[in-house]
Amino acid sequence: MIHLDTDVLIVGAGGAGMYAAISAARSGAARVLLLDKSLVGRGGATIMAQMTVAAALAEESDDDWRLHLDDTLAAGRGLCDKALAAILCEEAPVRMREMGEWQVGWARRDSGRIAQVTAPGHSRPRCCYVDFLNTGPAVAATLRRHVSRIDVIRRLSNLTVTDLVTSDGAVVGAVALDVASGEPVTIAAKATIIATGGLTRIYRRNSASANMGGDGYALALMAGAELVDMEFVQFFPIGHLAPRLVGMDPIMWDPFRYKLGGRLLDGAGEEFLARYGSDETDAYTTPRDIATHAIVSEAAAGRGSPQGGVFLSFEHVPASDLRAAFGPVIERLAKNGIDLSLAPVEVSPIAHYHMGGIAVDKRMASTVPGLFAAGEAVGGANGANRLSGNAISEALVFGERAGRFAAAAQPASGWSDAAAAEAVERIRSIADGRKGEESAIALLEELRSLMGEAVGPLRDTNGLERALARLAQMRTALPALAIAPGREFNPSLADWFELCAGLSAAEAVTRAALARRESRGAHQRTDYPDSDPGLARRQLVTMDATHRVSARWAP
Amino acid sequence: MNTAHLRIRRGAGDEPARYDDFAVPFDDGATVLDALMWIRAHRDPSLAIRYSCINANVCKECTIAIDGKVLYACTTRLIEGRAMVLDPLPGKARLRDLVAETRPPRERIV
Repeated sequence: MIHLDTDVLIVGAGGAGMYAAISAARSGAARVLLLDKSLVGRGGATIMAQMTVAAALAEESDDDWRLHLDDTLAAGRGLCDKALAAILCEEAPVRMREMGEWQVGWARRDSGRIAQVTAPGHSRPRCCYVDFLNTGPAVAATLRRHVSRIDVIRRLSNLTVTDLVTSDGAVVGAVALDVASGEPVTIAAKATIIATGGLTRIYRRNSASANMGGDGYALALMAGAELVDMEFVQFFPIGHLAPRLVGMDPIMWDPFRYKLGGRLLDGAGEEFLARYGSDETDAYTTPRDIATHAIVSEAAAGRGSPQGGVFLSFEHVPASDLRAAFGPVIERLAKNGIDLSLAPVEVSPIAHYHMGGIAVDKRMASTVPGLFAAGEAVGGANGANRLSGNAISEALVFGERAGRFAAAAQPASGWSDAAAAEAVERIRSIADGRKGEESAIALLEELRSLMGEAVGPLRDTNGLERALARLAQMRTALPALAIAPGREFNPSLADWFELCAGLSAAEAVTRAALARRESRGAHQRTDYPDSDPGLARRQLVTMDATHRVSARWAP
Repeated sequence: MNTAHLRIRRGAGDEPARYDDFAVPFDDGATVLDALMWIRAHRDPSLAIRYSCINANVCKECTIAIDGKVLYACTTRLIEGRAMVLDPLPGKARLRDLVAETRPPRERIV
């Protein structure tokens, strides 16, 4: 069996993980190991982001990180961890200037200043981008380039971490499935950073990449860490629905709305946002939680578009303006049979981002010694609703901190083969396949439907209790699920571990959602439609030794 | 609902070439990657494919040979009628089914 030894282990090589690796190396770590289930720098959420990155650069107007913080706290509906939110806003300009120096290619005005637009929820133009719809790929490519130049960073692709290894209450490394060989790998690490992104892949309609199934949350729970704000899943309100659009991120309509406005219309062609307290007469300003609630409510009342969403129309925008703003993208739309001058498209909410995550302090240290988190895997900074543009800022700012503090961490305990034995055996026990009636992928599909229907944008007691009951049944089924034979690159092995993790993440969301008997931000209960000022508090989620997940109110 | 016919190269490593045929129901506009994910969920969970971003065409992991041409599974539309023949990316070692060794050498564990 292969055993690796490192100073800083980073699980997940998207934006946060790659930045954490750069930062750990910069802070003096002699050995950094950067792993991804997929290919390093190709998976995760950062590469998918098309617009925009929020940072108080003050290029287009007077701005200050404290004003960005005010907007972040307001969007978070009273629940943000103010210390984390302040770090995010104060350090974002430093990171974005640095990305500029690293030639990410921020869009600039003719004057040479970095272009910044006003995204919904921001009090002034603060969001920078790379044209056209290329922000995330440009950031990911820039980070990949930097990571590859640093000798102390070892990169490994197609390694799925299945367990963290704890010894005397501290995380001392991990056990991973080497997907290419089907063999277990053990990894001793002085410090471990979870940078696995969120859990939106456990929803049927999602804008996630394949590897965002909630693994980081499950790993943290099993290692004894606390999660926070798990009930708050952000649905991006205008995810593409129809006609079928390929080769583009389903959330690509956002930049169109920044630049050109666009009108949201119900099935009868009438504007409806005003009925939900949001007037878009002057600009695209409706926050994500309110727009999602409005669209889902319209569709549920039978006033939606044919495919069950609403219409997004740019028919009033001159074709020349469309072409000037989005040149090459207009050609890609034409290949999909879409001409925005002639007809609207259909949109509906799509699981996009998870506000909840691993509870950390300002060093990005979790409640378990030796375990850190970075990026979307961190909970708390965004409260009940994330402000547009804060996700890549968070990836880089929290990645920088996690790498720096993990590099300086003194290990509380040492590697133990015995502590890893059970996790190693778990991989070996299924690596030669197993006969069974049901497959893990079939249950993963069911999990996605269940979460979308019962734990989605609109929730109630009955649905949440039904979801918990079914999640428990699926967990019971795990030991008997069929696994196809063959070790090398056998996807049914990876499916089984993805289902295990997804069930834990799903249960964390559902238990917290059931206990929060109010509506706030992204958490909307049809049976408790109002916000309860007494519940402007956070919930912590933990797992006990028997894998029982529970939520409790933070002190 | 339309039906696509896919002939997919199967097997691990240097095993002799073998093709499996699948009939896949699809809605207008659906892609080869949609069909491969459908086969995994409904017909054969052991089918090995590489993909990450699913629809955005930014990860480039789903590059395979479709009717002999190197294409992205996520942007190639399904067709009715004749079978589409799918092979792993040519010129690379085959790991299993449609998965070729596309990891850079420095990102491999051995």
